[in-house]
Amino acid sequence: MPSGFEAPPTPAVPDGHLSAPGPVAPPILEIASLAVGFRHRVVQRDLSFRVRRGSVFAVMGGSGCGKSTVLRAIAGLLRPFEGDVLLDGTPLWRLRPAERAALGRSMGVLFQNGALWSSLSVAENVALPLQLFARLPPGVVTELVQLKLALVGLPDHGRLMPAELSGGMRKRAALARALALDPPLLLLDEPSAGLDPVSSRRLDELVLELRDGLGITVLLISHELPSLFAIADDGVFLDADRRTAIAHGSPRELRDTDPDPTVRRFMHRDPDRLPAAGQSRPAEGDLRHGF
Amino acid sequence: MSGLASPRPAGVAEWTVSRRELDRPVLVLSGRWTVATTREAPGEVASRMHEVLGEPEPFGIDCARLDEWDSLLVATLWRLRALRGFDPVELDLPPPLRRLLALTTSPGTDLRMPTVPVIRRSIVAHTGTTTLDAIAGLGGIAMLAGTLLRGLWPRRTPAGSREPGMQGRDLLDIFRRHGPAALPIIGLVNLLVGAILAFIGAAQLRRFGAQIFVTNLVGLALVRELGAVITAIVLCGRTGGAFAARLATMGANEELDALSVLGIDPRRFLVLPMTLALVIAMPLLYLYATAAGLLGGMLVAVNLLDLSASSFATQLVDVVPVSQFGFGLGKSVLFGLLIGLVSCRIGLLAGRSAAAVGDAATRAVVASIVGVIVLDSVCAVCADAVGL
Repeated sequence: MPSGFEAPPTPAVPDGHLSAPGPVAPPILEIASLAVGFRHRVVQRDLSFRVRRGSVFAVMGGSGCGKSTVLRAIAGLLRPFEGDVLLDGTPLWRLRPAERAALGRSMGVLFQNGALWSSLSVAENVALPLQLFARLPPGVVTELVQLKLALVGLPDHGRLMPAELSGGMRKRAALARALALDPPLLLLDEPSAGLDPVSSRRLDELVLELRDGLGITVLLISHELPSLFAIADDGVFLDADRRTAIAHGSPRELRDTDPDPTVRRFMHRDPDRLPAAGQSRPAEGDLRHGF
Repeated sequence: MSGLASPRPAGVAEWTVSRRELDRPVLVLSGRWTVATTREAPGEVASRMHEVLGEPEPFGIDCARLDEWDSLLVATLWRLRALRGFDPVELDLPPPLRRLLALTTSPGTDLRMPTVPVIRRSIVAHTGTTTLDAIAGLGGIAMLAGTLLRGLWPRRTPAGSREPGMQGRDLLDIFRRHGPAALPIIGLVNLLVGAILAFIGAAQLRRFGAQIFVTNLVGLALVRELGAVITAIVLCGRTGGAFAARLATMGANEELDALSVLGIDPRRFLVLPMTLALVIAMPLLYLYATAAGLLGGMLVAVNLLDLSASSFATQLVDVVPVSQFGFGLGKSVLFGLLIGLVSCRIGLLAGRSAAAVGDAATRAVVASIVGVIVLDSVCAVCADAVGL
């Protein structure tokens, strides 16, 4: 674990959800000394953090810093160079493929572009995981699919094909599919990307409602500051140049108190240097600050 | 001294260096510094400015007579900045121009366009690499075939449920789209091939009064070779390309990843029904294609050689034993398997871009056709060895 990072106290988990936490419940997800990349190129290394149950944990950072690569390692899609992903204490990458696949189903993944299966209708997209893994009677599957689509605000769109949906509707349909097996952990890869501000806000609210209502934990990959400030209560900041996490904390904490110039530039949407926390901003007319 | 950025009439880009200030030279810019009014490279203009300005000492700039400017002037000053290292904030430039220059934070001097490195390899190295790639490709196809074979009998997961695999409705859907839907094109092509064979045969055999042997030519060629090969080549283009493009598109849209995170193997879930549908469809299409080709040959024989349909059929039954149909059927099964494996493997390994999808479709068609021809040659040698 990196110095200076301590897992915050675990919040109470609503009754009837997940495994009952003890006095201090173990994290639902722990990343231990992870190094990920492609071929011989390391994208992120020495990455360690814990995700509390019931929290919305944000993996932040600029474009190209490796956020989605980290998510692929967590989701079981990309074997890390080093380290492991501990899901409920079980090291994901030490398992055999069949066991890893079974454990991976306790995570729902919302991909950046939705990744709905284009040859299936919206309802069939949500139904497929249930049909393959839940072993339920068809009538029950149908009702569960209707419920999931209603939860995401698409109760009458089940018969449509993915190509017939708008960008925001596609994201919500993909969210319904990610929730199909009632996973305790939801991974969201850039959920607001490509959405207008209103759709983005609605999706943020939906994520919070689902978190509160279903008692799930959310790991959010994003660089959309409004979304991060709105829903994330913990997080880690990845840096592309240093190829590791350079800050831990909630987005608001990082914005207000983190002394690292890279973090401050990102959190204040300022491409130029900012003074350390507590100092004044540069004069508005300074030409170095662009237009 | 002065210079023109371009040999144009008055109003074009023009510059002079004035020594009116004792302590430093002043670069006076005037006219229209736009891409439309000059053809001279900004770097060349900047080099001459640098020479005229002299040693890299502070200089002033006068833009009072500058009528119009665009990125040409920005590029010129950027190059001048690279040569002299000045800070644009210190110059009396129009504010928008100064801001643009300030954005060009890196005053690098190497402004050559990046070139794609050409990797030169000897013929021996190239041959070796290509051979190793081909062997690796064959190995990959064999491994995919093994995975699909195991997928026919799904195992139990540690939790006791069956591993998710091929869906029966997917198999039927793919079979319908790539089997019966291909009948018109396959029928037409094979009808014409049969007719062409009969035309060629008629022209030669009529000279010897051996018209009846047109039936031998058409029958043996279609039943033994062309019925299966022509059908396979049509399916390479129609089905192999479609399979590769579909899988490549699914990869680019993360749909394959969405399957993998659920523990669903795309090879068993997608590739198995695709390949199995082709293996089932190919023998049926072969029979249909052969019938169409024979019909084409018979039409030509009846109309050009005055053979009757019954004599054509009788001769056909005499010269084409059932074993030849068996040989053609067996080859068509192998061709279906080959097209499915090759095109699906190429689709699965495609890159994640629109260009990669098109590239995968093209490669799948080419590789499948070459594979079909090679496999047909191997079958011909094997059949000859066993006396078939």
